[in-house]
Amino acid sequence: MQSERVVGKPVHRKEGLAKVLGAARYIDDLSMPGMIYGATVRSAIPRGRILGIEFGPGIPWDEFTVVTAKDIPGKNYIALINNDWPCLADGFVNHPQEPILLLAHPDRHLLPLAVAAVRVQYEELPSVHSIEESETVRTIVWGEDNVLKSYLLEKGDVDAAFAQQDIIIVEGEYTTGAQEHLYIENNGAIAVYNERDGVTYWGSLQCPFYAHKSLMAVTGLPEDKVRVIQVETGGAFGGKEDYPSMIGAHAALLAMKSRRPVKIMYDRMEDMAATTKRHPSRARHRTAVTKDGKLLAADVEMCLDGGAYSTLSSTVLSRATIHSGGAYYWPNIRVRSKAFATNTPPHGAFRGFGAPQALFATERHMDRVAKAVGLTPEEFRSRNLLRTGETTSTSQVVRQEIDLKGWMARALDHAGYYEKKARFDRENAGSLRKKGIGFAVFLHGSGFTGSGERYLNSLVGVDATSEGRIRALVSSTEFGQGTNTILCQIAAEALGVDYDIVEMAPPDTSIVPNSGPTVASRTAMVVGRLVHSAALGLKQTLIASGLLGERYTTDELQEAARAYIAKHGGLCSMSRYQAPPDVYWDDQKYRGEAYAAFAWAVYVAEVSVDLATYSVTVDDFVALQEVGRVLNPVLATGQIEGGVAQGIGYALYEKVSWDRGLMKNNQMTNYIIATSQDLPPIRVYFEEVPFEYGAYGAKGIGELPMDGPAPAILNAIAHATGEDFNAIPLMPEDIAERLAVESPAAQEMAAV
Amino acid sequence: MNEREISLLVNGVERTVNVPPMSRLLDVLREELGLTGTKEGCGEGECGSCSVLMNGELVNSCLVPIAQAAGASVVTIEGIGAHGKLHCVQRAFLECGGAQCGICTPGMIVAAAHLLKRFPHPTREQIEEGLNGNLCRCTGYMRIFAAVEKAANTVEDDVAAGVSG
Repeated sequence: MQSERVVGKPVHRKEGLAKVLGAARYIDDLSMPGMIYGATVRSAIPRGRILGIEFGPGIPWDEFTVVTAKDIPGKNYIALINNDWPCLADGFVNHPQEPILLLAHPDRHLLPLAVAAVRVQYEELPSVHSIEESETVRTIVWGEDNVLKSYLLEKGDVDAAFAQQDIIIVEGEYTTGAQEHLYIENNGAIAVYNERDGVTYWGSLQCPFYAHKSLMAVTGLPEDKVRVIQVETGGAFGGKEDYPSMIGAHAALLAMKSRRPVKIMYDRMEDMAATTKRHPSRARHRTAVTKDGKLLAADVEMCLDGGAYSTLSSTVLSRATIHSGGAYYWPNIRVRSKAFATNTPPHGAFRGFGAPQALFATERHMDRVAKAVGLTPEEFRSRNLLRTGETTSTSQVVRQEIDLKGWMARALDHAGYYEKKARFDRENAGSLRKKGIGFAVFLHGSGFTGSGERYLNSLVGVDATSEGRIRALVSSTEFGQGTNTILCQIAAEALGVDYDIVEMAPPDTSIVPNSGPTVASRTAMVVGRLVHSAALGLKQTLIASGLLGERYTTDELQEAARAYIAKHGGLCSMSRYQAPPDVYWDDQKYRGEAYAAFAWAVYVAEVSVDLATYSVTVDDFVALQEVGRVLNPVLATGQIEGGVAQGIGYALYEKVSWDRGLMKNNQMTNYIIATSQDLPPIRVYFEEVPFEYGAYGAKGIGELPMDGPAPAILNAIAHATGEDFNAIPLMPEDIAERLAVESPAAQEMAAV
Repeated sequence: MNEREISLLVNGVERTVNVPPMSRLLDVLREELGLTGTKEGCGEGECGSCSVLMNGELVNSCLVPIAQAAGASVVTIEGIGAHGKLHCVQRAFLECGGAQCGICTPGMIVAAAHLLKRFPHPTREQIEEGLNGNLCRCTGYMRIFAAVEKAANTVEDDVAAGVSG
């Protein structure tokens, strides 16, 4: 083999050139001959019956295509887990902004006027808007008890542990708010229909086969008459996992009725108000610990606000349940978890998928437990962090060689933790700018939870074109994380050829096999591994055919591929998922191998709290993680930095203001994300312990960096102010309210 | 429709369009002139995805009525590199990982090129300040800062080699 090794190298992003030239084509950059534009009439109330729909004056209604639930040829749901999410409301609405009716017209400037002219009469019914309201079951808005899903995870004998003498019990409640994905590209779709080919949907999306499944259900068309093509996607972060199935179905319905290509493009306000957010949460921890700081037992209640329909809440709750134990060894732990229905647009997937909520609570709580037993956060953690051979909350044995204690020490060293902590303690007295340093140690499970990857049963291909180019065939999509690049690196490495001759087959359901959804930090580890084995299969085929020797150059492999295709008509190698050996998972008892692998991390935040404005700035950030083999150091570093930035926003800036289920601040003007001036230096360090069953040792990376910043920052704020803040987003007004009243800091400030 | 004939210089080429005078420069570029590299992120001047240069100044093209651009010289991402070559900022974005999903990238590159015109060797603070009108949700900005710093050094190399940026 002549080519250089490509895995582990900072090769350029495959589609990078098109992106820096402005030549990459996103959904709103595309147009079709005869294309018309679609828009959505949405519910103005949180819950109630639709009594009638009137088409008001001043609009040439005969020029419009109008679609209601009655026009749906197939099933009126978006296919996810329970199929309870209507494609269009049929006589009843369960949240503000629920789609009721679709309009299409050739003049897109006429659409907002038409949407405003549709008058929907409602009989409004009582609605619920928080976990607290929902759990009282005074108003039932979903099922029999408002509970979308519940789990019970149990290990050991929790009640016996709490009954022991001479233990310390620490309790706490922690809450997290909704978070908007704020991908810079809004949702959009184009659909075309004709009787011969059926429906084709071009979309900004993560999961082509999710959309394929929903469009089959809604249109009633067979598998081969529904085609989904992902176009360049301008950010997603989980926000384009489920909702693109909705908007694609809407575009398809309008296209079927109008017999014209239809484009639906949300503007920012519609996108923010109508589409999914991160689930708000409330976690209650009760911890039993010995006087010398050994964790004995945890009793955790974890609740999520799921919104009006069940959508993905059961799987988000599952990850939240499993991650509630954090990176600690618990001899006894019980997690009771529930996702509640409220009359809010359904909350959905967002990078981390329940883990950021769970780990915020756990890592904030651990600092408080440490304090209760009189230990420093680092000493307390070092006595309890998981070690190789110990079991996680689900009794999964940690087989990987991990060194959390060592990694914690290294991260603290990179951050200058001990020196800063001592200095801040010394200098904070009398200062109007309180400095603090805090950290979090955490884990994130890679891939689908439990039996998920087996059910997905992913299929991947690697083929060669008649020009001798190599292609990876996957439904795993690129939306900034680097899918295209790392999968091409893996195929090039496995084949021993130049990276430049490998490319991605178009993400089109009529061309690529179903390699599963692009979610759950599974692309590098699971799909990458399948690309690796498919590439090896292609190489073996060529060698076995006698067209290629054991040692070859890139040119020789390309020549052999061309010759093979000339003789046989094609060259393609497929690979299907196989679970690592000795893996078992009990879905009923929530016990066993929850994930094939975990990624691990220690994040350290340094903050300043300004006692004049009560604003917090993050001054320095160290992100140390073990994600297996790093396939591309530039892309991996960028993933971590971007996740940390989102995590800082989650902790300090990003607040969704609700009014009876409606997002009121649905603009970039008043929903605030970090600008280039709001972030500290983000210093990224990788420890690499190759994972045997991942592609070239890779594990999941994408979601991990979302989990750690919020607890690290709030732990640092606790150090700076001496006050425990247990809710995020933590806004200046929250700090003002606490510190301006009777805290020592306020009294001290008054004295200055 | 009260359309008006409006001429402007776009990426060095004189273009004439017949559009309502309050049309957004962004829409004229994308829909009339087919220059779809300029993106819409928010439509209210917050995100900077639609950044272009107008008479050398950085503007949000979603906030500029076309009438105001009459006779102006506008440079978009499609015109930022000269003579079919990558601009040093584009090359640095590629090398440093400055682009992830790529939707903010055209506006960010235009803003970065404008920044380097004002400050050929910007400090980190000048970079942070100069890009604060361009939101990126993917990168956390660190790779973008690295790209601008690298491009600043390349400007010097290019000048030394007699190559126009």
